[in-house]
Amino acid sequence: MEILTYTPEQEDFRSRLRAFCEAQITPFADRWEADHEVPRDIWRRMGRAGFLCPCVETRYGGLGGDFRHALIVSQELAATGQTGLAASLHSDVVVPYIDSFASDAQKRRLLPGCVSGEIVTAVAMTEPGAGSDLAAMTTTAVVDGDAIVLNGTKTFISNGVSCDLVVLAAREPDVADPHQAISLFLVEADRPGFKKGSRLDKMGWHSQDTAELYFTDCRIPRESRLGEKGAGFLMLMSKLQQERLVCAIGGIVAAERILAWTTDHCRNTRVDGRPLAKGQTVQFALVEMAAEIKIGRTFVETLVADHIAGTQIVVETSMAKFWTTDLANRTANRCLELIGPAGNLERTPIVRALRDARIMAIFAGTNEIMKQIAAKFMGF
Amino acid sequence: MQILAYTPAHEDFRRRLRAFLEAEVAPHVDHWEAETHIVPRRIWETMGDQGFLCTSVPPAYGGPGLDFLYSVIVIEEISRTNHNGLAAPLHSDIVVPYIVAFGNEAQKQRLLPDCVSGRTITAVAMTEPGAGSDLAAMTTTAVEDGDEIVLDGAKTFITNGINADLIVLAAKDPGVENPHQAISLYLVPADTPGFSRGRHLEKMGYHSQDTAELFFSACRIPAANRLGEKGTGFVMLMDKLQQERLVVAVMAQAGAEFLLQWTTDYLKRTRVDERPRSRSQDVQFALVEMAAEVRLGRTFLDTLIVDHMAGRNVVVETSMAKYWISAMAHRAAARCLDLCGPEAGLERCPAARTFRDTRVMSIFAGTNEIMKQIAGKFMGF
Repeated sequence: MEILTYTPEQEDFRSRLRAFCEAQITPFADRWEADHEVPRDIWRRMGRAGFLCPCVETRYGGLGGDFRHALIVSQELAATGQTGLAASLHSDVVVPYIDSFASDAQKRRLLPGCVSGEIVTAVAMTEPGAGSDLAAMTTTAVVDGDAIVLNGTKTFISNGVSCDLVVLAAREPDVADPHQAISLFLVEADRPGFKKGSRLDKMGWHSQDTAELYFTDCRIPRESRLGEKGAGFLMLMSKLQQERLVCAIGGIVAAERILAWTTDHCRNTRVDGRPLAKGQTVQFALVEMAAEIKIGRTFVETLVADHIAGTQIVVETSMAKFWTTDLANRTANRCLELIGPAGNLERTPIVRALRDARIMAIFAGTNEIMKQIAAKFMGF
Repeated sequence: MQILAYTPAHEDFRRRLRAFLEAEVAPHVDHWEAETHIVPRRIWETMGDQGFLCTSVPPAYGGPGLDFLYSVIVIEEISRTNHNGLAAPLHSDIVVPYIVAFGNEAQKQRLLPDCVSGRTITAVAMTEPGAGSDLAAMTTTAVEDGDEIVLDGAKTFITNGINADLIVLAAKDPGVENPHQAISLYLVPADTPGFSRGRHLEKMGYHSQDTAELFFSACRIPAANRLGEKGTGFVMLMDKLQQERLVVAVMAQAGAEFLLQWTTDYLKRTRVDERPRSRSQDVQFALVEMAAEVRLGRTFLDTLIVDHMAGRNVVVETSMAKYWISAMAHRAAARCLDLCGPEAGLERCPAARTFRDTRVMSIFAGTNEIMKQIAGKFMGF
């Protein structure tokens, strides 16, 4: 049963994007991984071709698409074998804050650049020592006349080195209730007092630029606040469903890609003259992984449909995030076993997939946080 | 998102069935499980009289001619009574469909009305001692002798084996070498001379279910009792196994849903050190993890029900659903048992019965290993 149906325009979008990825991304993935960065220009090329921020309204330069576009981009980018080009983060996680909560003036000023790839965005929530606990945030935002003064440190920020614009979460120090103290701010990367730390060396996501961000008496104009003062926590909460759904999709498409590669490998590699895939242990492993992936995909697609319909699915999305990202890890580990010694070589694509899958269970709220959220909303 | 399109008529049917089961079945389940190990025939008859059996049989043969969602409702509601003795889904959705699909007009006119009314209880006899899920290895023989067919052999693990009035029997023609062309299906009334039942088998679970061996010794039936074309038994069985395995998946899914609900309520209600057990993080995470798997299973299953109703071939997905959901149900049952603590050791704790009853679901209707073989084969491995 097809849960999601795509319009002819969306199918066309997919085939154009696939051709773009095959020509402009996949051949360079190994180099980006080794270089630990994605060239700035690929963002602009992707933007000019119409593949960034497809959900942004046409009057701000976007396609006016829906969340199915996000699923398509996620899927096609997963096939490129690199995670450095964090287009889903930019298009489906950060820019939606601007799209949903910015004033018309802010949107006119920023969104066209986000769509064209001239502006690369990052979202800065996590702090050293605070992790997934937003209420424990210590970065401060103090109003001083017509300016806001920012002080604090954020860490694990994807696109941290390449970003031109940061959606920053910071608190007003004299508001005691953490849920009413947080606001969001739009901080351009060239603001005095804003400094990017060095690129963090990571176990996986080698081509992704992850960095610490420092704010030291960083002054921004008052009109750089995004949305209502004190509404930051609510805004974050309202967008986390989509962020986690993006992660759940990421988990599924990663698992699908790993299994597809491994299945081909097991069909084409012979042991004692017989394809690996003819061995019963291998067959059962492939079937078990395929079953879990189909089950996971079916669930995630129903959530995509619900999300597009505007249904509140916090519980299900939390479940999907933890289950599919765990699935990606289980699948990667098991596939590595099936491949044998080649599973230790850097040139084997699923080696990268294995180390890249690991963090999925941790970012965007750890999988333990997902279970806490589900438990809370289920009334336990 | 709602995948299954239940109508008010479906919901009304569910309400009436639930009321029936609560009044006529649930109060007796403990007795059947612990004492009689069988469900009395009158329950089948009452169920039939109220229109809850063989809901898919067409009106021309006494049935209501309803869609597969009614079958799903019956399986789910019986699962809510937390026992598996009343094997109405086996009768209605696994055995009788052979007669509906492959019986000739005379056979259907003669047999189906009583199947619908519950006066005829059916069983299907495929599995043999020593052959297990491997149909091609079957040894029960059917030899033509004039206008009659002579049956010889033994079948085992036959659900409804004691209550059954009519057996759909798979047997092979010893003169045909290719096992896939040697098997035919036969309709054997239980009062046929040469047919006898073995003892009621004692089982780890399914205590209220009558499971037995069946013996055929020079058992003669009229040639007119062959079901479908000669030699097409294997094809007929293959054709119906998708629904059989889907039925098992629904049963396992409903069992997991029942038990998780019960366990969740129990852990909210009972306290340790003044605090509901569901307040501790370990318990919460366990409940959430199980709830996630239960939802994943349900979503996948519902899409397969839609596909099955649309007549699509979903053999790979159904094999996957049968193995994954039955294994998931048993994992959940084992975990719920752990969460319940010492209470779970008591027969009165529903988790105890669900635990032992879900165990066999990964074994019957083709073991879960067979499910993986089938999926592997159809996936071209």
